[in-house]
Amino acid sequence: MAKRIDVSGLSAYYGAHKAIDDISMTVEPRSVTAFIGPSGCGKSTFLRTLNRMHEVTPGGRVEGKVMLDDENLYGTNVDPVAVRRTVGMVFQRPNPFPTMSIFDNVAAGLRLNGKYKKSELSDIVERSLKGANLWNEVKDRLNKPGSGLSGGQQQRLCIARAIAVEPDVLLMDEPCSALDPISTLAIEDLIGELKERFTIVIVTHNMQQAARVSDRTAFFNLAAVGQPGKLIELDDTERIFSNPSVQATEDYISGRFG
Amino acid sequence: MSHAIQERPVSVAPRRDPLSHARLPRWTPAAIAAGSIAAGIGIGLGAGWHSKVQWGLIAALLFVLVTFAVTTKVEGRRQAKDRVATSLVWVCFVLAVIPLVSLAWVTISKGAQVLDLYFLTHSMNGVLDAEAGGGVYHALLGTIEQVGIATLIAAPIGLLTAVYLVEYAGGGRLAKAVTFFVDVMTGIPSIVAGLFILATWNLILGFGPSGFAGAMALAILMMPVVVRSTEEMLKLVPNELREASLALGIPKWRTILKVVLPTAIGGITTGVMLAVARITGETAPVLLLVFGTKLINPNPFEGAQSSLPLYVYEQYAVGTDAAVARAWAAALVLIAFVMILNMVARGIARWKAPKTGR
Amino acid sequence: MATISPDIQRSRRAKSATRPGDRIFSGLSKGSGITLLVIMAAIAVFLTYRAALAISEDSTNFFTTFEWNPANTPPVFGIAVLAFGTLVSSVIAMVIAVPVAIGIALFISHYAPRKLAKPLAYVVDLLAAVPSIIYGLWGAIFLVPYLDGLNKWLDQFMGWTYIFDKSQDGVARNLFTVGILLAIMILPIITNVTREVFLQVPKMHEEAALALGATRWEVIRMSVLPFGRSGIISASMLGLGRALGETMAVAVVLSPSFVISGHLLDPGGGTFAQNIAAKFNEANEFGRDALIASGLVLFAITLLVNGAARWIIGRRKEYSGAAA
Repeated sequence: MAKRIDVSGLSAYYGAHKAIDDISMTVEPRSVTAFIGPSGCGKSTFLRTLNRMHEVTPGGRVEGKVMLDDENLYGTNVDPVAVRRTVGMVFQRPNPFPTMSIFDNVAAGLRLNGKYKKSELSDIVERSLKGANLWNEVKDRLNKPGSGLSGGQQQRLCIARAIAVEPDVLLMDEPCSALDPISTLAIEDLIGELKERFTIVIVTHNMQQAARVSDRTAFFNLAAVGQPGKLIELDDTERIFSNPSVQATEDYISGRFG
Repeated sequence: MSHAIQERPVSVAPRRDPLSHARLPRWTPAAIAAGSIAAGIGIGLGAGWHSKVQWGLIAALLFVLVTFAVTTKVEGRRQAKDRVATSLVWVCFVLAVIPLVSLAWVTISKGAQVLDLYFLTHSMNGVLDAEAGGGVYHALLGTIEQVGIATLIAAPIGLLTAVYLVEYAGGGRLAKAVTFFVDVMTGIPSIVAGLFILATWNLILGFGPSGFAGAMALAILMMPVVVRSTEEMLKLVPNELREASLALGIPKWRTILKVVLPTAIGGITTGVMLAVARITGETAPVLLLVFGTKLINPNPFEGAQSSLPLYVYEQYAVGTDAAVARAWAAALVLIAFVMILNMVARGIARWKAPKTGR
Repeated sequence: MATISPDIQRSRRAKSATRPGDRIFSGLSKGSGITLLVIMAAIAVFLTYRAALAISEDSTNFFTTFEWNPANTPPVFGIAVLAFGTLVSSVIAMVIAVPVAIGIALFISHYAPRKLAKPLAYVVDLLAAVPSIIYGLWGAIFLVPYLDGLNKWLDQFMGWTYIFDKSQDGVARNLFTVGILLAIMILPIITNVTREVFLQVPKMHEEAALALGATRWEVIRMSVLPFGRSGIISASMLGLGRALGETMAVAVVLSPSFVISGHLLDPGGGTFAQNIAAKFNEANEFGRDALIASGLVLFAITLLVNGAARWIIGRRKEYSGAAA
C-alpha cells in the first residue's frame, strides 16, 4: 500500500511569484517525514504539490516531477482527481462536512469512488474510525452531525475520512495547530500507529512535535521575504536535531531565528 | 489497539481508479459547442423553423448530450458527470445571457430612434395617438417629483429606524417586532402598497389622484429597503469608535451624528440610491394613484400627473406605431435613469467602503 | 459586529435619560420604528376593512367563483381564476428560474474565468434593477412572437401531456409565456443572492472534498450546495414573492379571460395583480373595493411565502455549518 515518493526539480508558482524553488527529495514508505521551517518558506505549498492541490489555488502552477513509486503525478494523462484519491490529506483546521453525519463523513470518499453495499460501507467506516482511535467515542452517535464533536475529535474524524479510502500516502498540514495539548497528544499517538500502513508527510510549526513523531525531518528556508523557499536539508530526525550538517538548520532549531 | 484490526483480513478493499487514463484534449468542449451550434442552425434551417428559440434549444441539448457521450466513452462515468455539470452551467449562462442581452439591445436600439432633445423637453399635449412627435417631459417631471417626495418621506424614517435598531434598541421586544415587520414589508407587492393608499387616501379620505398619493405608496416600498441597508452599514461601524467617543464625554446622540453616521455615510447613501432606483421603475402604484395625463402638471399635490413607467405602459397600450416608438424611447430614458443611479451608487459604495476583513 | 454588553447598555441608557438632546434623538428614532409598525398595521386593517365591505355584498362565494362582475346587481366576483393563474405562472417561473439561477451563480462563483466573473456579477446586479415595465414591453413585443414556434413545438411533441396541448389558435399571450417572462425577470435576483452564498462557502469545506478525490462537480455537490441550501431557498422565496406580485409585465403580455384552463398554451387566465391593473380604470368605488379584496388575498399569500422562507431558514440553521 504505502509508496515511496521521489521528487525531482520541483518548483511551484503563484502567478508570477515563485513560491518554492527546485526541490528534490525522497520520502520513504512506512515512515513519518516532517517538514519544518519558518513561516513563508513554502513547506505547506510543497506539501500541496504532492497531491496536486496546489494547482487548485488561482494562479497556482507546478514544474518538475513527483514520482509515486514508478508513476509521475504530473504525467500527461494523469487525472489530478485520481491523484488526490491516492494521496490523502488532513488540513490545519478540522473540516468535516458540516451537513453530513459522522458516518457519512467517513463514507464520503468511498461513495465518490463507486457503489458499496450497506454492510460493506459500515464495515469500512467502523474500521476507519477504529484506525483513527475515534470509534469508542462516536459509535453511539454515528448519525449525529460531525460538527458537534470537539476539535480534536473532528480532526480524528477527518483522519478517519482520509484513511477510509486506503490512500498510499497521507499528507498532514499542521494537523495539531488548532488543537489543545491533550488532543494533540492523541493525534501524535495516532500518527505513530498510522505509519505502519501509510507513508506520512507532516508539516509542523512545532519542533518538539517533529522530534516526537517523525523518522526523517526536512528543513526548508527562504533567503529573504519574497524569495522562493528552498529545501536546506533532509536527514534522520535524530541527526537534524542533534547534529545538523547545515548551519542554518542548527540556528533555526536552537531558536536563533524563525 | 488498532493492531488487532489490521490483522483481521480486510474484507472489503475500497475501489480505486488508476492514476492516469485517456483524457480529452483541452479544446474538446469548444469543439463540441461549435458543432452543436452548427447542427442546431442546420436542423433549424432544414426543418424550416423560423423561431431561433428552437435552434438554440436544439444546439444546447446536443451540446450536453454529445459531451456526455464523448466523455463517457473516453474518460469514464465520473468525469462524464463532471463535464455534463460544467456544460450545463455554461448552457445556463448562455440561456440567461441571450434574453438579457436582447432586452438591453432592443431597448437601446429602438429607444434611440425617437429619443432626442425635443422628446425630452415636450409633453404629449395635443399629440394624437397615431401621430409621431410629442415627448416625455411631463412624465419625467412627474417621476422626479414623486420619487423625490417618496425619498423625503422614506429616507428619514428608514434611517432613524435603522439607528434605533442598531444604536438604541439592544434587542428588546419592540426591536424584534420592527425587524420582523421590516422583513414583511420588504415582501409587499407594489400593487398592494398602491391599494393601501387607494383605500385610505382616496376612498376613505376622499382625495383625488395626485403625484403625492403615488409618492406615499412609493415611500412604503422604499422604507424597508433603506432600513435594511442602513442597518447593515451601521453594524459595520466598529464599536471601538463609539466607545472612544463616549469615553471623551460626548453625548450619545452627538456620537451617533458626528461619529457613527459619518463613518457609514458612503454605504447609507448607496442604500438610499439603490432604493430610489428601485421605486423609480415601479408602475403599479402609480397607475392606481397618479392616474396619468398628457399635460404638464408641476404640482404633485393637485390633480393627475404622469410618470415614466406609466407613460411607457400607456403608450404601449395605445398600440399605434408612433406610440410604441414613444414607449421604447421612454423605456430607454427610464432604464438610463435607473442604471446611472445604480452605477453611481455602487461607485460610492466601492469608493467609501469601510475597511473590513473581507 | 456591534454587540454591546448589557452592562454598558444599561449605564448608557441611564446617562442618556438625563440629557435632553439624547432624549429627543432616541425618541425620534424610536418613533420612526413605531411609525413603521403603524404603517404595517394600517395596511392590514384598512385593506381588510375595504375588502370586508366588498365581500359582504358579494352574491357568490368569493373564493370559488369564476367571474369578475362587481358592477352587476347583485355583484358577482370571485378570485378562483386569479388564484389559479397567479399560482401557475409563478410555478412555471420558479421551475425555470431556480435551476438556471443556480447554474449562473455557480458559473460566476466556481466556473467562469476570473476575468469574466467580476464584470458578470456586476451586470447581473444591474439587471436586477431593470424596471418590470421594461421587461413587460420587451416581453410583449419580442418574446411573444419568438415563443410562437416553441408553443407549436410543445403542442406537437408534448401535446399528450394535456398541459401543453394547444386547443385554441392565437399568439402566445398565455400563462406559459407569462411564466417564462417572470422567470427571466426574477433570474437576476435569485442569481445575486445565491451567488453571494456560494462565495461564502468556506474554502476548507471545498478542499476537504477535493482532497478526497472529488471532481469539480462532486465538490459542488458535497460542499457548495449543502452549505448554500438555505440561501438558495430564501433566494427562491424572494423571487417567488416578486413573481406573485408582478403586475405590469403580466398585464402587458397576457391576453386575459376569466376561465381556468389546464391548457397552458391557450391564451387566457389572469393573475391577482394583472387583474387589478386591468380592471382598475373601469371600476366604480365598489369595484375598487372588490379589487382591494383580491389584493388582500395576494398580500396574505406573499406573507405566507415570506413566513415559510423564514421558517425554513431558521430550521436549517443548526445544520448550516455556522458552528464548524
